[in-house]
Amino acid sequence: MAKIYKTGVLLAGLLTAGMSSAALAGGPVDEKLVIDDELEIITRTAAPEGHPLDEVISGWHYRTEETRALEADSFQNPGMLYVERGEEIWNTVEGDAGKSCASCHGDGEEFLKGIGANYPKWNADANKPFNLELQVDQCREENMQAKPYKFDAADQKALVTYIKHQSIGMPVEIDLSQGEMQEWWKKGEETYYTRTGQLNLACATCHEDYNGNYIRADHLSQGNVNGFPTYRLKQSAMVSLHNRFRGCIRDTRAEFPAAFSDELMALEVYVTWRGTGLSVETPAVRQ
Amino acid sequence: MAAPKPRVKVPKKASKGEVVTLKTLISHPMESGQRKDKQGNPIPRKIINKFTCEYNGQVVFSCDMDPAVSANPYLEFTAKVEDSGTFKFTWVDDDGSAYTTEKKLAVE
Repeated sequence: MAKIYKTGVLLAGLLTAGMSSAALAGGPVDEKLVIDDELEIITRTAAPEGHPLDEVISGWHYRTEETRALEADSFQNPGMLYVERGEEIWNTVEGDAGKSCASCHGDGEEFLKGIGANYPKWNADANKPFNLELQVDQCREENMQAKPYKFDAADQKALVTYIKHQSIGMPVEIDLSQGEMQEWWKKGEETYYTRTGQLNLACATCHEDYNGNYIRADHLSQGNVNGFPTYRLKQSAMVSLHNRFRGCIRDTRAEFPAAFSDELMALEVYVTWRGTGLSVETPAVRQ
Repeated sequence: MAAPKPRVKVPKKASKGEVVTLKTLISHPMESGQRKDKQGNPIPRKIINKFTCEYNGQVVFSCDMDPAVSANPYLEFTAKVEDSGTFKFTWVDDDGSAYTTEKKLAVE
């Protein structure tokens, strides 16, 4: 009897140990992201000066094995469908001026290399930082004489995905020395640390203090934005950064600001800076 | 998204009797028929309900799909090849239209 009893205890002990190391493991996984066995992606790097954390880590490390595998194979990655669609849009004439993006900029793969890694950028005419969506809209209105996209129009997401994808693998770096970028960065930082909503959460609560832990079933990442627009399995579609911002703020049960509002543009500047040095992953695949 | 666009990945060459891996992906919303629009009217079901892969006219893989399959369905399967030939992939939509694509493979 004693023997059986002992075995039972040992088994139970093993089960508990197994569960805590696998199912309940926290923190980022220790793996490397190499797309199609060729393109090495920087998913962990030393934080820029003034960053509250020592190391910045891509959200890829916080996802399940299956989701990570989708991003490592560009054929399986459903986001690549939108890259293809974006290329079509790049070469399609629209608007009264009879121009496409390609009419002025030429071949997208050549012209766009590295551009997406440096946005948002100071725009002196508008006197505010511009992200790719705003830049595209300005171009459409002024040069193509076409209507600006409605927020999150399917074509807007596809085109921005295509543009950003041309910088895949290149490190994110934004220029804070231009115009009033410093002030916008500060404003974004303030938003990042301000608790909002009925749940009284700031961005920092989940993504700085508790990243690597679980909030119910969701594994919290550092909230870096190097993979946006991102293919989210939940929506089965591309999700833009401002859509994700609004989703996150809504989940704190707060009222969320309009897309491309000053508040969210400042937040984009600040959060993009927090991911300095990580490779652009667009289209990243997330849960 | 625009019209469904099939993508397939097939090796160009294989040796006789080799088991090759085939990957397929099609852009498709796979609307389940269970959702409602903003006015509360049900959104009609529109899914890919059947997929077939033929090699030189012989079916090597086929499956039926149901509403729970996610958007942009990805399928990966294997086939044993003895002679050179052409793979023909067919996706059948609820509205009856079929999307097809072909890929050649050389057996050495």
